Amino acid sequence: MAFALTPERELELADILGRYPNKMAATIPVLHLCQDQNGWVSPEVVTFVAATCDVPVAHVQGVVTFYTLFNQKPVGKHQVWVCRTLSCALRGADDVLHHCEKRLGIHVGETTKDGQVTLRTAECLAACGQAPMMQVDKDYHENLTLEQVDAILDRLKRS
Amino acid sequence: MIKHTTYLSRTYKLPDGHKLAAYEGVGGYKQARRVLSTMKREEVVDELKKANIRGRGGAGFPCGVKWSFMRPHPTKPAYLVINADEGEPGTFKDRTIMELNPHSVVEGCIIGCLGIGAHAAYVYVRDELHLSKARLWEAIKEARAKGYLGKRPFGVDYEVEVYVQTGGGAYICGEETALLNSLEGRRGEPRFKPPFPAQVGAFGCPTTVNNLETIAAVPTAFELGCEEFSKLSELHDTKDGGTRLFGVSGHVKTPGVFECCVGLTLRELVYDLGGGILGDGKLLGVIPGGSSCPILRPDELVNAPDEKSPLHRWHGKSVLDVPMGVDTYRALGTMLGTCCAIVLSDKADPVLAFHNLMRFYRHESCGQCTPCREGTGWIERILDKIVAGEGSLEELNLLHDVASGIMGNTICAFGEGAAMPALGFVQKFRPELEAYVKSGGKSGTGRLAP
Repeated sequence: MAFALTPERELELADILGRYPNKMAATIPVLHLCQDQNGWVSPEVVTFVAATCDVPVAHVQGVVTFYTLFNQKPVGKHQVWVCRTLSCALRGADDVLHHCEKRLGIHVGETTKDGQVTLRTAECLAACGQAPMMQVDKDYHENLTLEQVDAILDRLKRS
Repeated sequence: MIKHTTYLSRTYKLPDGHKLAAYEGVGGYKQARRVLSTMKREEVVDELKKANIRGRGGAGFPCGVKWSFMRPHPTKPAYLVINADEGEPGTFKDRTIMELNPHSVVEGCIIGCLGIGAHAAYVYVRDELHLSKARLWEAIKEARAKGYLGKRPFGVDYEVEVYVQTGGGAYICGEETALLNSLEGRRGEPRFKPPFPAQVGAFGCPTTVNNLETIAAVPTAFELGCEEFSKLSELHDTKDGGTRLFGVSGHVKTPGVFECCVGLTLRELVYDLGGGILGDGKLLGVIPGGSSCPILRPDELVNAPDEKSPLHRWHGKSVLDVPMGVDTYRALGTMLGTCCAIVLSDKADPVLAFHNLMRFYRHESCGQCTPCREGTGWIERILDKIVAGEGSLEELNLLHDVASGIMGNTICAFGEGAAMPALGFVQKFRPELEAYVKSGGKSGTGRLAP
């Protein structure tokens, strides 16, 4: 089925398209808008974005495969990104990551069986002074202890 | 001597400091109003040159000089693009400005647009920083509602619009030409230079790309008077002026972002602002300005017997006691970068730290140039083996060759950004790396966290 935006997002789309001298420049923001609604960038989303931004489907596909944040397959309801780069690693990011794997019963890159949580690693998220940290959906959780990680993961399983 | 300042961070501790009312309460938007109402474009550039603001994104190019490269084009508009794709490991300063003082960015953009002859500014923020984006949009809306942006800001006939653009999670988009491609809706692959952005930038038009902290410092420079602003710095004489944000992370007691005058030393950053080394550890090494800057060891001494050397004043002293400046650090064989240091204590295994960073560069190489794409992967695979205790001394020597093969052979500076820290680790931690190889990976602490 063809992809369509909700009416509120249609309004946001019009706003986005008004910011640039051409439509192509809206490709990345429009992909984010669609992924926010759809959870991932499906082939239907790619077709929609190509038509909206007046670019070839292959161009959109090239953009989607370049950037880490575009999901090329369905993911869990919640995304947990554990930062693993040096400043976080120096403050225990490896322990946070292993703890998440054990607690969720999955490896990095996998989604829990109930479809609630996808666990991933991230490269530096610009929170080096508040390490270790992880990003859950759109929120940063910083200066983490393993107890706090437990509380966050428990909440995600229920919501 | 540490000279704390609160210009860039003037609203950080105010309640609702990110809002217009708080910013105007501390003198905000007075400079944009004054500059737009009373100054000509050339005057703005000439004045800003005196501030000696060296680009805060890492390359350290003088901001005023960069603005002066912009020539009016007969048919094309000009653009101001702000680089807030903060992603250099160890760097977390721009985020504090966006979250806690976003109006300084908007005000800087108004002055910047006049300075370069643009009517639109795009602030390119990495997508992960959702709060930063929201705060910037809120600031733009407030400023527009007050008549500070739009067709006639402050009643002056000079249109200025500011937009926030979002990235897609690629470190390479912090490279200015990759950022421009990304802004245009393309893959974030760096472009050949020349042509430079001042000739052919965003949408094929003349463009200036400034780091977010750089543009946020502009209103302060105009408030104090640009020469006075520059004189705040210990290094004013060598055209490295003003005040800036210093970050420190890793094995220190009080990591964070601190605003001080330029000229702070690494020792002050680590032991005073950072509170000293975590636990009972000793300092093993400091990566001074984001992960692309080669690591410094505390036992290194400045060797500058030549009186003409910018480092001669500190000849024989510890590298930790050299003021942190663009030129002083270049002369030390490292870089000032973003001024955000990563501190390693002796509890950390330097080989694992090396491995961690090289994994980062392999992951973030855009893949466009063969030496970088293949070289970063090759370095990581050799380190995989060394860390697993399966490496050989031949492979250890190969690290130097592979890294040298990347240097100077790529379109953008990412190649050097990956190769220079690799060469730094190979040179400065050679004994540790050799011991690792000879012991089958058992000679280190085996951990990064204490």
